[in-house]
Parts: sequence; structure tokens; C-alpha cells
Amino acid sequence: MSKEKISSETTSGRTSHIKSDILLVGHPNVGKSVLFSRITGIHTIASNYPGTTIGYTAGQIRFGKQYYDVVDAPGTYSLEPIDEAARITVDLIDEAVRIINVVDATHLERHLPMTIELLAQDKPIVIALNMSDEARHKGIEIDVKKLSQRLGVSVVPTVARTGVGIKDLIQKVFSLEIREPKIEKNETTHPGHHPHIPHHNKSQTAKNHEHLSEKDIWTKVGNIVEEAQTLHHHHHTFGERLEDLSVHPVFGGLTALVVLALSFSFIRTIGEFLISGEIGIFGQSWIKLPFGIEPLFNVAWKPLMMKLSTLLGPGNFLHSLLIGTLVEGRIDFMQSFGLLTSGLFIPLGAVLPYIFSFYLVLSLLEDTGYLPRLAVFMDNIMHKIGLHGYAIIPTLLGLGCNVPGIIATRILETRRQRFITATLISISVPCAALQAMIIGLVGSRGAWPVALIYGILFISWIIIGIILRFTTRGFKPELLIEIPPYRMPSFQALFSKLWMRIYGFLKEALPIVIAAIFVVDILYHLNLFKYVASFTAPVVTRLWGLPEDTIVPLLVGILRKDVAVGMFAPLALTTKQLITGSVILTMFFPCIATFVIMFRELKLKDGLKAIGIMLFSVLIIGTAVNFLLPG
Amino acid sequence: MSDKLLTELFLNEEAEVIAITGGRMVRTRLRSLGIIEGQKIRKISKVGLGGPVIVLINRAQLAIGFGMARRVVVRTK
Repeated sequence: MSKEKISSETTSGRTSHIKSDILLVGHPNVGKSVLFSRITGIHTIASNYPGTTIGYTAGQIRFGKQYYDVVDAPGTYSLEPIDEAARITVDLIDEAVRIINVVDATHLERHLPMTIELLAQDKPIVIALNMSDEARHKGIEIDVKKLSQRLGVSVVPTVARTGVGIKDLIQKVFSLEIREPKIEKNETTHPGHHPHIPHHNKSQTAKNHEHLSEKDIWTKVGNIVEEAQTLHHHHHTFGERLEDLSVHPVFGGLTALVVLALSFSFIRTIGEFLISGEIGIFGQSWIKLPFGIEPLFNVAWKPLMMKLSTLLGPGNFLHSLLIGTLVEGRIDFMQSFGLLTSGLFIPLGAVLPYIFSFYLVLSLLEDTGYLPRLAVFMDNIMHKIGLHGYAIIPTLLGLGCNVPGIIATRILETRRQRFITATLISISVPCAALQAMIIGLVGSRGAWPVALIYGILFISWIIIGIILRFTTRGFKPELLIEIPPYRMPSFQALFSKLWMRIYGFLKEALPIVIAAIFVVDILYHLNLFKYVASFTAPVVTRLWGLPEDTIVPLLVGILRKDVAVGMFAPLALTTKQLITGSVILTMFFPCIATFVIMFRELKLKDGLKAIGIMLFSVLIIGTAVNFLLPG
Repeated sequence: MSDKLLTELFLNEEAEVIAITGGRMVRTRLRSLGIIEGQKIRKISKVGLGGPVIVLINRAQLAIGFGMARRVVVRTK
């Protein structure tokens, strides 16, 4: 088995030189990651939008008796180092022994210019003509032999999604002739400009691209495509009609609204069904099945815990640590706060179902290819906050967990965009775990308090965004994206991705939840909270209108926000206090994992700036909500 | 025959790219997606209020931010 490692050095602009025996290079969204998974057996996150692989992924393949390092480069449109992805790719090419250039068979004319740039690199290359099935469906016929002849390298048609052609590709890659490392190396020039080294392949056509101008390359590509590709007429498919509809000037916007509304209702319905076995809308249940994690906990786990409770005897330390406090003589999984009661129920019973439903819906949106279309229709709004439409993708990921959301800001072009997006995610985008607890706890007071919390967070997101737009300086690039065709998600890939994300949650979050509850119990036992409470009281009670007891959950929010919301449960808060509390908890201090990632991605100075903005925002908005909200 | 900016093109109107005004950064980004002089282009949609323009080139859909689309000069037949 090989181990997955993902670069963490990509934002600094310097890639540590990673050597690879096989390097996958190609445009964004051609299926490099899927191909990489096929070759190495490593599961990677792949989606149908440009920029899924941030940094690069490394793995291994066994061929014969030896292991070879395989690296999946980030997608890039050209080798001219105008952005991070291209710079990383150029560095990776320099250190690669063989290259697989992954090309989209449906858009040869756009992919071949980079192939020609690559051929000039003096590296053994094989071309994977990926999505060859899609090309066939679209009436695009490619003469592989001719293409291979004209380019002077092997071309292998592949369908990474199903595995067609992969064996052949690997065979071809390993039959490439590897030359000794070149002796002559010009220190000052870029790896893309080694003009005098003859190409390894003897073909006439593959030589001397080095002196070709931009225009020559495009003419050359035009000629090759004309010779090797035949287009057949084909009828508009259903998918293409949907594609037209979803970018239509009028219906496109409506589609975006409908998709978002449906997504949120699906997430809630599936989440609630998994928890309670009920299907319905806020408070009203239409169907109730004898199913759900909550009933399971009540039937199977509670009696056992009650027995343990009597055995330990309420009141002693071990009892309050493992079982927690009894509510009217019984265990309440949301309120007792013992390690074995709330410690298990909060992550597994209340949060996990929502993690599942959120990532199920998100993965569907990702894999069908809807997200870039959403980005187009969000472009106007995002410009108001100094960003462009594509920033909606990290923001949506942040609704699952802030950590991958902030990492995904790397798909944005400039440091300024990354700063604004990441700061906004950490301040006003609640993660799925937090949302699950807010829906669970505040939802019991009705639908409107929950809606109000989302409304306040959304308005804060816009206001802070507008302020950041006018206070940060830097270049503001425009949206420029390729809109991929709709694709039927491969359910195997979808569930494998879903599982990776759920496993990630269990592995990362579960230990912290348990640790958080452990710390809370110890601190309560030692009575240390009273001390903290006394000096933060003026802000919490006077400005935010919350009882002093809420200081403890607010502090616990630094460890895990879902646990923190859970701690509101036994405090008998008014609905207004629950709303203020939930808003403050979302905005106040990111959880420890987000905190670490923010400093890693933004670096010290911008990280501190983001924290400063956050503290200021939570003070102002918490106070505003308290004084403006009636009741 | 008339020259106009990509943003001024009518919906479903076909044209040929004749110039890209703007710096190296803009040119390189546009070029990498196939928007070069001589390329045939068709505007298939737009988002109002200064939103992106959506074009079809070589059977691929591209969304181009309004500010960038204004840098593309096209010639209609």
C-alpha cells in the first residue's frame, strides 16, 4: 500500500523539488486525478470542475519488481508560469523521468498547444487521450494512429472513469526509452527553454517546436486536428439541452436558485431522516419509520448507560466524567455531557447524519458539473465583495468543514482573493457539524429562529465582504472558466469520495470531541470556569445579553463548535439568547483545526489580520443582534 | 462586417476574434482557453448587470467575466 501525501508548500511559491518516475500533466478537469487513482490505487478527491487537485498528489505504482513514484500535477492550461498551478507543474516536469500528458479527446484543439509545449521539454512522453468515450458520443472521431504519427509520440485512448486503456497506457509508459540525465544545463533559462536538445523520438514532426511562436503553435495544432479528427453530426442530447438551460440569461438564474433550494432541503431531509426516521418539513412529520440513530441510542445504549450510572452512583467524579449529569434522574444525550453519553451522541448521533447528507449532495453537485455554472451566476454578487464567481466553490466547501474550504481558496488567482475568501469562511460560514447542532437545538424552538441565524450570518458575510473589498489592496482578476459538460456521476467514485470525507470526519473530529468533553468535565470539576467568567462577563452579559454560564460553551467553541452548541442545551436560554449565542459561536474564534489551517494558508501576518477582523466583527455583530432583536 | 467588443455581441451571434487588448496576463489567460486572434466565437448567453459572458468556441463553453470580455474585439459578418 502506498501513502498519500499532499503538498503543503504550494502557496509560498516555491515547490520543494519532488522527483517523479511518472508525472501526470494536463489541463484542469481532464481526469488526471481519476487516472492517478487508477494507476496507483490511491483514492483521491476528483470532481467535475477545474482545479480539484490543489498542490499535487504523490503515490506509487508497482511495475515488474520495482516501485515507481507517480505524481499528479495540478491542472494547468499552459506552461507559462502565470499562476501557481503552472509554476508547480513546471517545477515538477523538471524533476520528472517520464510524463503522461492527459488530453481531453473532446477538445483536442484546445489541449494540443500545451502538448506541443510539453514535447519541447525533452522528456519521454506518452499521451493519454482521455474521455474517448465521451468524444465518441459527441460524434468526434479521432484517428489515433495519425495523431500519434504527427506528434511523434504514443497516443493511448483512455476512459479513466471506467479503466479502459489504462493497462495499455502503463505498458507504453514503461516502454519509453529513458536517457541519461543531460549534462548540459543552462542555469538561467527556464526548463521550458532548452532549445538545442534533440527530442528523444526520431520523428520529423516532433522536433524543433522550440522556436515556434504562439501563432505557429496554434496553426500547427489546427493542421493536426484537421488531419486526425472527423466531426460527425449528432443530435442535441438531453444533457446538452440542460446545459443550455442552466446558462440561459433568464432560466440560468432561476436554475441556480432552484438547485440551491433543493440542495438545502435534501440535506435537511436526509439528515433528519437518518437521525430520527422521520420525513417531513420543520416540525411536521409525514412519515415516521422505525429507523434512525437517535432511537438506536435510546433503545440500545441508554439502558446500558443507566445500569452503569447506578453502578457508579451519581455524584462521584467518575460518574460525572463518563455519564455526566442526570436530567430529572435520567440520561439526556444532548445535556448530560459525559464521555459515554453526549461524547458519543453528539458526533455520531447529531452530527454524522448531517455530514453524510451534506457531502452526498455536495458530491453530486461536484460530479455532475453544476458548480461552475453556479459560479457564473454568483459572479455579480461575488464582485460586490471583491471576489469573482469561482470563490463560491471554496465557500460551499466551507459549509461542510471550514478546513477544506480554506484550503480550496488556492483555486483563486490572487493572494487578495484568497485572503478575503478565507477570512469570510472562518467568520461567517458555519460548518456542517455546527449547523447540525444549531438545527437540532434551535430548531426545537421553531423554523424562524434557525432561518434568522442563517440570515444574520449571510448579511454579515456580505457586509464584512464589502468592507474587505474596499480595505484590501491588490489586483482583482476576472472570472474565466471553462464550463464542463454535465456528466452522469459514477456512483462508485461518488461513494468512494463520500466515504473518504466521512472517514476524515471520524478520524479528525471524533478524538477532538471526546477530548473537548474531557477537558470540560475536568475544568468543571476543578471549578476553573468561574475565574474566566468573571473577567469576560461585561462583554458577554452587557453587550451580548447572554448569561454568564455561556462563557464556558463559547470557550469550548475553540475546540469543537458542535460540542459548544450542545453545551447551550442545559442552560435554559431564551430563544433570542439562543440566536445571539449561535451567531456569536459561529463567528467567534475558529475551531482549532481551522485556526491552524488559516495560519498555514494565509501566513502569519494575514492570519493575524483575519483574527483581528474576526474579533472586531463578533463584538459588533453580537452586540447589534442583541440590541436590535426584540424579545 | 462590423467590429465590436465581445460584450456588445448579440446572443447567438457568431464572430471572429480580431484583437485582444490588455496586458500579457489577460492575453495568456485568454489564450490558454483558446481565445486567440482568428478564432470563431459564438456568444450563447450572458448574465445581466455586468455579469459574465458565455461563449462557445470549438464546442466548449467558456464563461468570461465582463471586464475581461470587454478586452476581446470581434468582427461579425
